[in-house]
Amino acid sequence: MSNTPITVRTMAEMMAAGETPEILFWVGCSGSFDDRAKKITKAIVRILDHVNIKFAILGAEESCNGDPAKRAGNEFLFQMQAMQNITVMNGYGIKKIVTGCPHCFNILKNEYPALGGNYEVIHHTQLVQDLINQGKLKVKGGAFKGKKIVFHDPCYLGRGNDVYEAPREIIQKLDSELAEMKRSRAKGLCCGAGGAQMFKEAEPGNKEVNVERTEEALALNPDVIAVACPFCNTMMTDGVKNFNKEDKTKVLDIAELIAQANDL
Amino acid sequence: MISSVIFAILLIGASVLFTINVRKIRRNILLGRDISLTDNKGDRLRTMLLVAFGQQKMFSKPIPAILHLFLYVAFIITQIELLEIIWDGFTGAHRAFRPALGGFYTFMVSFIEILSVLAFIGTIAFLSRRNLLKVPRLNMKELKGWPMKDANLILLGELSLLCFIFMMNGADEVLYSRGESHAVNTGGNSLGLSISSIIGPALFGNMSHDTLVILERVGWWGHIIMVFAFLNYLPISKHLHIILGFPNTYFSNLRKKGQFTTLESVTDVVAPNFDPAYVAKTDPNNPQRFGVKDVQDLTWKNLLDAYTCTECGRCTSACPQNITGKKLSPRKIMMDTRDRLEEVGKNIDKNKGTFVDDGKSLFDYISTEEIWACNTCNACVQECPVNIDPLAIIMDMRRFLVMEQSQSPNELNMMFTNTENNGAPWQFSPSDRANWTKEN
Ligand code: SF4
Ligand code: SF4
Repeated sequence: MSNTPITVRTMAEMMAAGETPEILFWVGCSGSFDDRAKKITKAIVRILDHVNIKFAILGAEESCNGDPAKRAGNEFLFQMQAMQNITVMNGYGIKKIVTGCPHCFNILKNEYPALGGNYEVIHHTQLVQDLINQGKLKVKGGAFKGKKIVFHDPCYLGRGNDVYEAPREIIQKLDSELAEMKRSRAKGLCCGAGGAQMFKEAEPGNKEVNVERTEEALALNPDVIAVACPFCNTMMTDGVKNFNKEDKTKVLDIAELIAQANDL
Repeated sequence: MISSVIFAILLIGASVLFTINVRKIRRNILLGRDISLTDNKGDRLRTMLLVAFGQQKMFSKPIPAILHLFLYVAFIITQIELLEIIWDGFTGAHRAFRPALGGFYTFMVSFIEILSVLAFIGTIAFLSRRNLLKVPRLNMKELKGWPMKDANLILLGELSLLCFIFMMNGADEVLYSRGESHAVNTGGNSLGLSISSIIGPALFGNMSHDTLVILERVGWWGHIIMVFAFLNYLPISKHLHIILGFPNTYFSNLRKKGQFTTLESVTDVVAPNFDPAYVAKTDPNNPQRFGVKDVQDLTWKNLLDAYTCTECGRCTSACPQNITGKKLSPRKIMMDTRDRLEEVGKNIDKNKGTFVDDGKSLFDYISTEEIWACNTCNACVQECPVNIDPLAIIMDMRRFLVMEQSQSPNELNMMFTNTENNGAPWQFSPSDRANWTKEN
């Protein structure tokens, strides 16, 4: 990936300049603060820049969407967060949002409307697939040509919202071999992070969920485990380390695959 | 004559008992909170036809699906023969439909016989995988005791039902061929049924007239008595799914699985902070508990789910937490909910129609260890062949623990505090949120 600096403007800056963006990029907490996830965020930015989509972020005005709180049972905190974000976004007249995380995507798309936030929300894999289909984004395999890539379905993109094909079609555009685990698509196994498990120790058992899942992926001997969620990314990366396979198998987000293959 | 009277008493007795049991189950289900699931009738009907009638989700495991299909189709089609049996029972006639239907009768009963053989094979296969092959999904902790016995009783009951049918038809075949059937209108010297015309002579061919008549009658009575017994066994068994599978899929959740419910009672508290003109949605005179402590806090759909559960364990064998050895099992969540609901129901029966607090709740059945282990991944919901939603119950119990009891694991409390103070689940300053745009 190139190292040219990126320029990203906030909604506030755009408004001040009298401009409106085509789309709001909802970065999310992981994408904003987690060092690994920030790389995914930047890959998404580079793709948006490459196809000249005028986008903005909320910057400091973005606050946690409330997903971890909601799945942990704290509906109060969720609704506080949601209404705060909705107030900000409705103030800016936001119509369309792209997210870099299936949890942000799911909650903004499905759970914000009941609280007064009605937007067209897409996940970044859907955006990329759209761009490819419309011919706006030309993809070449680059470094991934001929490589074996296995895709791990994020629960909140797959089962949660029935999006199974977008990430797969993108991988196939890379001239790489798309491998499938036995538990894939609707039968995909969780990475272990969802339901606020990311933030706590697991209950007593005989294995960590991410180890179980990574083991299944590694059994296919892939060059890349492709993910589409920053939390899956963390869990699968840890899993690969657990098996000391980080030299052979990389864990990369779909956005990173596109950006890297095309030198964006 | 005497037999007609006995039959009528049995039939009426079985029906009355069944009605009483069904009303009790209905009352128990309606102990749940109300929720409106009457929208999108077309989609609902389609879901029911596909998932319950068409067995759609069973086919994610093709072999059990086919074996189950044998039992299912045989069960549905046999109801036609049952009509004749009831008619004969009342009137004292024998094979009353045969003269009128002629060749079609032979075809129909022959078809039922073929299905019955397939069902027989299916039942044997199910018994063996449960007891001999010890398939893990069917031998977990939560099935110890009654659930395992229940499953075997149903299968053995089905076997004996099938045996009675073939005993009845087989003996009758021999009687017909000798022109000795006790039917008024014998109509030819063979019944010509697909299976019985072969196994009848083979098994009973050498027997005397009297023995054959006794066998035929034992088969006939055995069959109908088993049917009555089954009918009244259903309400205490997981086998209730053969009825409730239909309404349960009709009332399926039609939203995306990722969309969880929004608690309006919470919105009523939160929204006025943002919109002074907000009008409350819930009735202030009937304040609702936040989340679920006991079965009465669940919706009637959650309770219908519990009665519908067939304890197949497809949910549990797809659960990431259960697979990795944790205590959480979505099947157990459903079984526990039903057990607690039954306990509450019995309490109401005992106390003349009102529930007297017994100091217990759903938390006496489901531990917080199970509740906190869930990934909210929807694998259980996806797998359930009758569209049961164990996750909804888990979520609402979490809500109770957090919002009514302030009882959540410490790390989650920290995540809540961070979210509240920093707008992120971790300890970062909100003003640093866009720092990544400047880092290389
Ligand atoms: S939603 Fe929870 S109970 Fe259901 S399969 Fe996933 S982890 Fe298990
Ligand atoms: S909830 Fe559904 S999948 Fe789970 S045991 Fe019951 S019927 Fe089977």
